[in-house]
Amino acid sequence: MNINSSVYVAGLGVISAIGNNVAEHLISFEREEAGMGDITMMDTIHRKKLPVAEVKLSNEELASVAGLPADMSRTASLSLIAAREALDDAAIPAIDTLRTGFVSANTVGGMDRSEHFFVDFIKDDSKGKLRNVFDHECGSMTEIVADQLGIKDFLTTISTACSSSANAIFYAARLIKNNVLDVAIAGGTDALTKFTLNGFNTLMILDDEFCKPFDEHREGLNLGEGAGYLVLVSEKVAKTLNKKPYCKLSGYNNSNDAYHQTASSPDGTGSYLAMKGALERSGLATSDIDYINLHGTGTPNNDSAEGTAIKRLFEPDYPPMSSTKSFTGHTLGASGGLEAVFSVLAIKHGLIYPNLRFETRMNELPVDPAKKFLKGQNINHVMSNSFGFGGNCTSLIFSGTYI
Amino acid sequence: MSIYIRSSACISPQNTFGNVDFLAEVVEYNGTRLKAIEPDYKEFVDPKLIRRMSHIIKMGVAAAMQCLKNGETEMPGAIITGTAYGCLEDTVTFLTRIIEQDEELLPPTAFIQSTHNTVAAQIALMLKCHQYNNTFVHKGISFESALLDATMLLNENEADNILVGGADEMTDTSFTILSRLGLYKRWPVSNLNLYATKTRGTMGGEGAAFFLLTDKTSDSNVAELTAIRTIYKPESLEDIERRVIDFLAENDLTIDDIDLVITGKSGDTAHDDIYEQLNQSLFKGNNLGNYKHLCGEYPTSSAFALWLASNIIKTGIVPDAVVERHTKAGAPKRILTYNHYQKIYHSLMLVSAI
Repeated sequence: MNINSSVYVAGLGVISAIGNNVAEHLISFEREEAGMGDITMMDTIHRKKLPVAEVKLSNEELASVAGLPADMSRTASLSLIAAREALDDAAIPAIDTLRTGFVSANTVGGMDRSEHFFVDFIKDDSKGKLRNVFDHECGSMTEIVADQLGIKDFLTTISTACSSSANAIFYAARLIKNNVLDVAIAGGTDALTKFTLNGFNTLMILDDEFCKPFDEHREGLNLGEGAGYLVLVSEKVAKTLNKKPYCKLSGYNNSNDAYHQTASSPDGTGSYLAMKGALERSGLATSDIDYINLHGTGTPNNDSAEGTAIKRLFEPDYPPMSSTKSFTGHTLGASGGLEAVFSVLAIKHGLIYPNLRFETRMNELPVDPAKKFLKGQNINHVMSNSFGFGGNCTSLIFSGTYI
Repeated sequence: MSIYIRSSACISPQNTFGNVDFLAEVVEYNGTRLKAIEPDYKEFVDPKLIRRMSHIIKMGVAAAMQCLKNGETEMPGAIITGTAYGCLEDTVTFLTRIIEQDEELLPPTAFIQSTHNTVAAQIALMLKCHQYNNTFVHKGISFESALLDATMLLNENEADNILVGGADEMTDTSFTILSRLGLYKRWPVSNLNLYATKTRGTMGGEGAAFFLLTDKTSDSNVAELTAIRTIYKPESLEDIERRVIDFLAENDLTIDDIDLVITGKSGDTAHDDIYEQLNQSLFKGNNLGNYKHLCGEYPTSSAFALWLASNIIKTGIVPDAVVERHTKAGAPKRILTYNHYQKIYHSLMLVSAI
């Protein structure tokens, strides 16, 4: 075991409301086109009232793209599409000879199917198609995808609400550092469900307009769906690649806010500790960070806590920062995976993503988020924040590399 | 580096919690479901909070708090849980209301407490613990994934006194659905007679077991957690045997060094064939024990198995209720647990005397 060894990013895969793969995301970002719109896939009373960021493919279309049975949970289809893209992108030579794992995250597993099952079940508990509830568990999503990808050496699933994927990524990196694996596909997936839509609606944190993260007049988040994965490899495997790895995962930290089950502490204790811990792990100073991909949900509470924590840590020199949730909506358990992909792309192409719809600076943070799409910037170190219910706060840092 | 179990606590369908003799009297259940015996939660949780907490949260929090108390530790260095099903009671409550109330006028509490990380989060909240906090939700190896995380944190010198636990609840709804999926026996049986029935299906169970792990030696440590391994979809019985042998060899052991093998026999003939065959082949010279007649079958039952193994090491007593085959005398110094969940997820844990 060498905990000081580096773990490299060798492949990327992503699907969300703004694209079905990495290339489509880059185009949407450059065009500054957000993915929110009316609900079209779910049968809910919130149609036309609450905008969401849907992947623009029906369940059957998604399953077909993924190569899965038509009645598969969206969560699994999304996961397989993005994970396969990442694995193909990495194109690891002689992968059959390596120990490969799949560490995936999600928050509600096959809930989109369970919702159908329960409609019949609650009227008569001998009714309801069992096929619709068989893969309810979060772990089932991971298992289905691992089987399709032919991964057997190690698989597990993490669920820490909205920080799930970020925790999956750094757990996978630690599996490599601890010499359990050579290669890991890590990230997460979540589909839109009535369960989560109504859940967040009861908390009164959904914006009925397109969300405005880090804006003084923000009114809540828009839910989204998608999946995002990185292929992580050991130093040894990185040297065998036919192309240069994108970057390395240089820092990570998981801290708990320990304040409230759903609300963030006013001073953003958990967020502060996560960012500070990730910096310490990477050996970098705040001035080394070239871009922060914010958690930035657009809720008054999150953005205030996150902004306060950033001020406490970074003042007076703030790097460019933005919330890409202004494009993708909040994809919950998938968000850390999506945003890890965006962070890596920021290093690869020198990108700063705009924080769409930003107008008015927040009281808590004396700086504006990035407003324009920029490319060709010198971006070497990117911090990605993911914070969730249960006080679960995780920050990752990706760093360019010259291997 | 060695990893030690500093303390443990377990809420289960047996009298395993608090100041009780180690499985001295076994509780009999007739049916196909074993329910956890719940302690007086007021000792562990503010009574105002108890009312709002679901079964799994109460079990998890109480077992965690008792484990810390047993380990004379106020603040753990990390909190890690494993749960396959998560907070089922709250999930079903919220889902049912969405359907029955047609998505209108829903109270948020059930949703708030439905996330899989609620148990780990509530422990952190009660302790004001800002340290590493993670939750694994991978079917039959949820607990093992959490345990692996804890051992890696110790290896990395990242934290000490790591609180790690496995918890799952059985609700009336999940029992009905899992019964329809054919997991349980079609006729009522006694858990004391579970392995003799020779029919398909098992008995459902539930529980929460927590452990405090450290790399520091101490006379009060319960046992050493020597190693852990999970196997996904092994190819054959020979493959399982080979991997068990390799696992032991990596720890400089052979099967002859194992004083007791505790297997996850569940009474389901469709699943027990693996154990029966291993008991006649690789494990043929070993003392054997079972545990699922005590706690029932559930995805994190291996946490109960670890609690059982570590307490056998600590007390030197193999409770009569556990014994399947006893050929060698003496207090066990090395115990191997071997469990598989639905033949898909297999896990090995090696627990040793200090």
